[in-house]
Amino acid sequence: MISIFPSLLNGTVITFKLLISSMFFGLLIGLFFAILRINNNPLINKFAYGYSYFFRGTPLLVQLYLIYYGLANIEFLRNSFLWVVIREPYWCAIIAFSLNTGAYTSEILRSAFQTIKEGYIEAAQSLGVSKKITFYKIQIPIAIKQSLPAYGNEIILMLKGTSLASVITIMDLMGEARKVNVLTFKPFEAFITAGIIYLFLTFIIHNIVKYLEKKYGFQT
Amino acid sequence: MNVIKKIFLTFLLPLFLISSANADKIRIGTEGAYPPWNSKDASGKLIGFEVELAWQLCRYIGQQCEIVEQDWDGMIPALTSKKFDAIMAGMSITEERMKTINFSQGYADEVASLAVMKGSSLEGMDTPDAVNLNLGGSAVNKAMKTLTSALSGKTVCTQIGTIHQNFLESGDVGKINLKTYKTQDEVNLDLSNGRCDVALAAAVAFTDYAEKSGEAVVLVGPTFSGGAFGNGVGVGIRKDDTKLLKAFNKAIDKARKDGHISRIAIKWFGFDASM
Repeated sequence: MISIFPSLLNGTVITFKLLISSMFFGLLIGLFFAILRINNNPLINKFAYGYSYFFRGTPLLVQLYLIYYGLANIEFLRNSFLWVVIREPYWCAIIAFSLNTGAYTSEILRSAFQTIKEGYIEAAQSLGVSKKITFYKIQIPIAIKQSLPAYGNEIILMLKGTSLASVITIMDLMGEARKVNVLTFKPFEAFITAGIIYLFLTFIIHNIVKYLEKKYGFQT
Repeated sequence: MNVIKKIFLTFLLPLFLISSANADKIRIGTEGAYPPWNSKDASGKLIGFEVELAWQLCRYIGQQCEIVEQDWDGMIPALTSKKFDAIMAGMSITEERMKTINFSQGYADEVASLAVMKGSSLEGMDTPDAVNLNLGGSAVNKAMKTLTSALSGKTVCTQIGTIHQNFLESGDVGKINLKTYKTQDEVNLDLSNGRCDVALAAAVAFTDYAEKSGEAVVLVGPTFSGGAFGNGVGVGIRKDDTKLLKAFNKAIDKARKDGHISRIAIKWFGFDASM
């Protein structure tokens, strides 16, 4: 069991990179779509809703296959400059994961925006603060603080989601565990070790989020 | 009392029936995703060389059989944990696998080959038609040298946990970018899509794919045998199951002598791959 540790640690680094990149892009996408979602224009609103409906309503594995094998099947894309990105399994995984977590994040942030008490905005307005400044300096920070617990859950879900990357040839933690399995024919050792590492990562994320909640948590 | 009886009859009795019915059945595991060795037809029924051969061998052993589907990467663990009793899944007899399981005598053998999409720069590689790694010598060394320089830095795709992966990882072909897939289907797909510069598998796996999909997949370089490519394909059996091993060896002898293996091989491969 000890001998398989180094290769699994290599995989853990890849898993971690996948998670960080996906959460970063996912947060930007999520924030963008959350803003669209609270827009009063029904067309913009419906578009953002359609995005989150699709990515929350289909399995991540399907999305991953669609982006990796599906897009690569389109001749026109293969001949375009986009092929440089789509060719790499790593980027395909990050696109799929970011879009997926972005959809969930947009819903988390939307509900956080909508639960901000009217009083805060009115108070800002009565002090003559512009709408734009109110949005950037008051609404966004409050929404982010309020959504911390739910977002912490989303990070942990995404960590587990990254294990799907191994089906598109990425040697992440799960990919390395699979390799150990086919080399040693000992599935229990391979997957229990991977499981323990995932658990450890979850433990770390959980505690970081808990710390942030304590420090920045917002009571309304 | 009545309730207990009902529970027993509805839930437990069927279990007993199932287990007793299975007791003397030989369960054979196959992948169902490696045509023409084993695959599935449109209705999901298992077909292929090994499926047909398995039924024939069972007839000679004189026992009922059941063919079960199992993903390739869990094949040997599934055998050792008694999910089934024998493997017939195009599994080559290698020393590495012999550490964990036993193999019957080989029933078929065929060569491995590299494949590329038409128009690849690797087409027309100057190597002999066949390389037997068991032979060694200057001809084999020269071919391997040509191969090493041709594959240098290329993305080579293959199925995980196969003799092909072992060969590519052995260091004999120099520095390549190796990508491993769960199934051969996915290797074929990414070869067509252009993510793989070249792929390695059983030669028939590529010709079968080219024929069925119409994709312009062509074989390049030599065909490979010996060395990391093992010593033919046999039935994988648990180490302690010596009785079944003997039964399979006897049945394979018989099927070879009366020409059944050759006949089934020609039907599925288009040539006699029996051994």
